[in-house]
Amino acid sequence: MELSGGQIVVQCLKDEGVEYLFGYPGGAVLHLYDAIFHQEDVKHILVRHEQAATHAADAYARATGKPGVVLVTSGPGATNAVTGIATAYMDSIPMVVISGQVPTAVIGSDAFQEVDMVGITRPCVKHNFLVKDVNDIAETMKKAFYVATTGRPGPVVVDIPKDITDPNILVPYKYPKKIKMRSYSPVTKGHPGQIKKAIELLLAAQRPVIYSGGGVILGEGSEELRELTRSLNFPITQTLMGLGAYPATDKQSIGMLGMHGTYEANLAMHESDVILAIGVRFDDRVTGKLAEFCPHSTIIHIDIDPASISKTVKVSVPIVGEVKVVLKQMLELLKEQKKKPSKKALEAWWSRIAQWRSVNCLEFKRDGDLIKPQAVIEQLYEVTKGDAFITSDVGQHQMFAAQFYPFDKPRRWINSGGLGTMGFGLPAAIGVKLAHPDADVACVTGEASIQMCIQELSTALQYKTPVKIINLNNRYMGMVRQWQEFSYESRYSHSYMDTIPDFVKLAEAYGHVGIRVDKPEDVKPALEKAFAMKDRTVFIDIMTDRTENVYPMIESGKGHQEMTLRVAPGTPINRELA
Amino acid sequence: MRHIISILIENEAGALSRVAGLFSARGYNIESLTVAPTEDPTLSRMTLVTRGTDEVIEQITKQLNKLIDIVKLIDLAEATHVERELMLVKVKTCKESREEINRLAEIFRGKIIDVTSNSYVIEMTGPSDKLDAFVAALDENSIIETVRSGPTGLSRGEKGLHL
Repeated sequence: MELSGGQIVVQCLKDEGVEYLFGYPGGAVLHLYDAIFHQEDVKHILVRHEQAATHAADAYARATGKPGVVLVTSGPGATNAVTGIATAYMDSIPMVVISGQVPTAVIGSDAFQEVDMVGITRPCVKHNFLVKDVNDIAETMKKAFYVATTGRPGPVVVDIPKDITDPNILVPYKYPKKIKMRSYSPVTKGHPGQIKKAIELLLAAQRPVIYSGGGVILGEGSEELRELTRSLNFPITQTLMGLGAYPATDKQSIGMLGMHGTYEANLAMHESDVILAIGVRFDDRVTGKLAEFCPHSTIIHIDIDPASISKTVKVSVPIVGEVKVVLKQMLELLKEQKKKPSKKALEAWWSRIAQWRSVNCLEFKRDGDLIKPQAVIEQLYEVTKGDAFITSDVGQHQMFAAQFYPFDKPRRWINSGGLGTMGFGLPAAIGVKLAHPDADVACVTGEASIQMCIQELSTALQYKTPVKIINLNNRYMGMVRQWQEFSYESRYSHSYMDTIPDFVKLAEAYGHVGIRVDKPEDVKPALEKAFAMKDRTVFIDIMTDRTENVYPMIESGKGHQEMTLRVAPGTPINRELA
Repeated sequence: MRHIISILIENEAGALSRVAGLFSARGYNIESLTVAPTEDPTLSRMTLVTRGTDEVIEQITKQLNKLIDIVKLIDLAEATHVERELMLVKVKTCKESREEINRLAEIFRGKIIDVTSNSYVIEMTGPSDKLDAFVAALDENSIIETVRSGPTGLSRGEKGLHL
């Protein structure tokens, strides 16, 4: 089969089983777009801004486990995609981004719409390629998908100069079935000796905690995590990225940990003697002050990426391998040994945790005329029966969603945890809805974040992706305002917006349904109405309490034991009191 | 502590900037860096000298290993090794100083590889501290310019860094 470079790229996507390609055309990719025009297998989703293409593809990947694929043109098309690439990189999301480049003959001459895409993206991709020969396209594409999806996943950029996709140059095409790279071969199995050590520690633990993260979801280890947690009867806390890997409604779940985690999770971490960390990276939002992180604990860390181990927190038992495989190895060894952890110690530990739980750290004031953002999320949970895909933007609403929508399944909670990219939520919801057309998909956002990619309302109409936008509108950049209240004596420097658009009219202008909610009693009916409209995108603009803060909170630079609770804002809780 | 990291890396455009970029992005320091193709032209060998605590060096080697283009690496400082650096020094000479400089170069086992009526270029290899010592022994006003390759090295014994 002889094909042009443009046709080869598209054929590679077909052979790779790519369902959707998120993109935006431009000069350098016109040959490619012409090749796309002549086929129907790979469905192209035209976004309204390249950033949205990367977020939508990224969320598609998060919701399915399959790589997201993006196509953008050179220069501004490529740079617009960078925020989304960095977002995927920070959360280890498999993604292949094809960017057009100016013709090879003019590379380096500051040609029209030229930018060094390989150079610009180098620090925020797992790997990138510049294709210099049409005969190299197929192998490069195979490598791109292989690198993006294996080991610790991540985005891969393939930069293709325009002349390489020339329709007049035909070359033989064959997509490699397999690829081997001498410089890249990720580990799968964990070291048996290390696993044995880990099991010994776990069985001897008095105050154990399982601390699991996004790696469990990425590595499809949810089932094994459940089995192990249950068979050990240990408490489990999950990171923002890990929510859903273990059911949040289960009694062994002690909630999210970290800056806005639960009191019980953070104090359990602080007082633990053994931590089993799985697919996590000891992010600063999780650990708080490093010097005070888990002072009494021996840490076991399972991760596919050796560089994640002992990066910030020194661990005692590192286990490099795929989470799923390592957990299976651990389960097998546990079964062989037929031993259980000390029942007595665990009983004492659970009763200590129950004490912390009784503080009811997430409680908020429910009466009054103002709509509480937390109550909105609770009602969203009820209306969607806890089974929706929730995407979010970044800020207070993101934390409220994480705290008040208990996820019981993996891949349901889609948010930019690492990079914290405002504007992620709406394009992400579109990507998720394309992946799961029959599921309820809601984007929990705020009036500041939503405006960063609001133009995608247009994409949602074109591709009939009926998502529900839950806009927690507090007329502030809520999280910025909260930090300014706590740390800058309430000097609200530029965190306020007094020219917020009429979102109802805006939604209608884009061809969608807009609903505005001002009273607490109207929230649930509005949500019910919105979710009943199966085939419409609905923008629910909810006027929430302007001064609500996210609690509990570990202020920057403090340790887990120094949480600030709602009870007395600003007063650190003395843990002896609890 | 000083570490010498020897790297086998795909001989491809941009491979060097991936390594250099990693160091600047993560705030690691590079004392010196040398790179050239190996006997297998598809591979380059890079020798990188850096300093840091054990934790930092551990992260450096892990982060380097994560780069897709890097095939293999070792930290030479972990075991016994030999290292050499090449230096060229151009010095001003006059009738009176020529003999003295010549003798000094001989003591340090250097070679004079270019001679004009009023200058020498001296070639010298050795461990970095020997080159430092030679430079210190020269009259500093006589030095026109120096260039150093940065250290390269191999581990001792029959084992080596190869595919």
